[in-house]
Amino acid sequence: MKIHEYQAKELLGARAVDVPSGRLATTVAEAVAAVRPLVRDSGNAVVVVKSQIHAGGRGKGRFREHPDLAGVNVVLDGIEGGIAAAEEAVGALAGRMLGSTLVTEQTGPEGKQVNRLYVEQGIDIERELYLSVVLDRASGRNLVMASTEGGTEIEEVAAERPEAIVRETIDPAVGLLPFQAHALTWRLGLRGDAAATGRRFVAALAAAAVELDTDMVEINPLVVTKQGRVMALDAKVSFDKNALFRHAELNALRDLSEEESAETEAAEFGLSFIKLGGTIGCLVNGAGLAMATMDTIKEVGGEPANFLDVGGGATVENVTAAFEIITRDPAVKGIFVNIFGGIMKCDTIATGVLQAVHNVGLQVPLVVRLEGTNVELGLRIIEEAGFPGLVVARSMKEGAERIVELTR
Amino acid sequence: MSVLVDASTKLLLQGLGGAGRFHVDRSIAYGTQVVAATHPKRAGEVELFQGEIDPSGVPGRSGGYRVEVPIFATVRDAVAATGASASVVFVPPPFAADAIMEAAEAGLELVVVITEGIPIQDMVKVKRYLEGKRTRLVGPNCPGVITPHACRIGIMPGYIHRAGRVGVVSRSGTLTYEAVKQLSDNGLGQTTAVGIGGDPVNGTSFVDVLRLFQDDPATEAILMIGEIGGTAEEEAASFIREHVDKPVAAFIAGTTAPPGKRMGHAGAIISGGAGTAGEKIEALRGAGAVVAVTPSDMGDAVLDAMHRAGVR
Repeated sequence: MKIHEYQAKELLGARAVDVPSGRLATTVAEAVAAVRPLVRDSGNAVVVVKSQIHAGGRGKGRFREHPDLAGVNVVLDGIEGGIAAAEEAVGALAGRMLGSTLVTEQTGPEGKQVNRLYVEQGIDIERELYLSVVLDRASGRNLVMASTEGGTEIEEVAAERPEAIVRETIDPAVGLLPFQAHALTWRLGLRGDAAATGRRFVAALAAAAVELDTDMVEINPLVVTKQGRVMALDAKVSFDKNALFRHAELNALRDLSEEESAETEAAEFGLSFIKLGGTIGCLVNGAGLAMATMDTIKEVGGEPANFLDVGGGATVENVTAAFEIITRDPAVKGIFVNIFGGIMKCDTIATGVLQAVHNVGLQVPLVVRLEGTNVELGLRIIEEAGFPGLVVARSMKEGAERIVELTR
Repeated sequence: MSVLVDASTKLLLQGLGGAGRFHVDRSIAYGTQVVAATHPKRAGEVELFQGEIDPSGVPGRSGGYRVEVPIFATVRDAVAATGASASVVFVPPPFAADAIMEAAEAGLELVVVITEGIPIQDMVKVKRYLEGKRTRLVGPNCPGVITPHACRIGIMPGYIHRAGRVGVVSRSGTLTYEAVKQLSDNGLGQTTAVGIGGDPVNGTSFVDVLRLFQDDPATEAILMIGEIGGTAEEEAASFIREHVDKPVAAFIAGTTAPPGKRMGHAGAIISGGAGTAGEKIEALRGAGAVVAVTPSDMGDAVLDAMHRAGVR
């Protein structure tokens, strides 16, 4: 589960991770009202207006409606013109940003509508660094990664300058140890006051990552200010959805407008669904088989429209929901149902599929491939139903070939 | 011969809920020795399992079965009273990590975790706790382990398996069934099929199981089924190149998976451009494995690998 930058900073700030002061604004008036207290408290006449969307690349992104306007804007008007000038500039920016569509390298060409702005104090930046806490799957432990190349994607640094990345693995029995925080900040070149605040920052971030059950915490850039503070200029946090049961407060941070609505709806029916770009809808039990079904469709010359795992208990209700979600996509020209009935019997599945097809009133060709327990009985049920447009296949590959033919 | 489980395995059930009860009943029908269950409130009671035996399981049985399984408060008590050597965990996600550590502390040789949805940080702790202990963890989020006609631990349909010559190891459930059925149909059969699970942090890796199959005299060939995400398949490829002289076939799911999306399994995600199917396929081919192009070709890929190695 992803959250916005302002939410991430609030969560981290409450856990001793140093973040700039800022205020959320969903209207022009709120954005303007944020300026005075920020300037007064920070003593810095500069403020920054940042679009809040669940995608990176905001600084380099541009608005479709205003091709000259970036997703993140530094307002310098307050330096000479005072607070009133800063307020006027922020108001003008907010008016153009709110409700407009920001296109970044991560949003895709359709972009994302900006409904929330974060107005933040200006920072006198001395250096930009990188810091993250991620899972290292190979060791099964959390890993702190740091780099001197702040502001650059870590994958890019890893490819071009791998020696610029330093790593410390966290032993879950004891947590990140002081010597590790020291080693990281030393390698980042932090000295004096900045080294001390840097060590505290790294330790607090590592502890917060574990406490909050994050999938990933990325501070890029991590900045050293001219005053020797070490702060998170940006913060990207996502959570392990399997751990949300013990963080009820995090559910309130979900922004449903940022999530693919079909995926959210599918999840409510216990379905795992991901929309893709092709024309052949897939309905499969098991994640591995669902991926392999997509691959097979592609292999025989088609393009899958989705990934869909109905899970272990393919009931009439969730199969019906699956058909509804798949057929709502106008690009879908045909559907391939691929089920390996293990404990779930094929006759039960066949009945469920027929009932679901009946409920949904299917308009496109359907190929069903059943294998496993009671397969003969299941196939007979489907054949006897004589549903027009429904074809039975005997193997996954044959099924994929049939649906590709039928949708040509 | 086989790996991990055989007819002598004595199984303990942790998580006597609906799913746990159902699948352990199937295991008893298959002929698995189920000797104990744990339940926090029902210690001292027995759970009755009865029904028709599964003819595809342990041979030489017929008719019905009626088994009374004693229930204990703790794994320690259950092991002391019954000599249980393995456990199967169906405990719900919030409590599963504790159940695994309890089983390890009680000294079980093998813990097979079916539970899906255990928090990653819990598994990070579990993995650390297991260091230096004798317990082997398989899973979580896996279909289990089966040695055909001898011992079934997990949720797989027993009847698709046939005792035979191929060791199967996989990150996916239904894709394993697909492979097993092909190997039963083409006459090769399986020594043992091991589901290592779809989570990013798991107990037993491909390399662990490859080592077991390499050392198992009955296993003549190996089929490994991987998917996108992480680098476990690449590590397996290095291991195969250096330590495995048996023929290896493989399939990797997720060639068409888009980056940055979790494909059902928590561990099936291409992140930062790494963990793609293409990289894994290339690594395995480089190590001499025959990689099936579609899952329908997995059985043929094993035959091909055996043929190339001169194994008849």
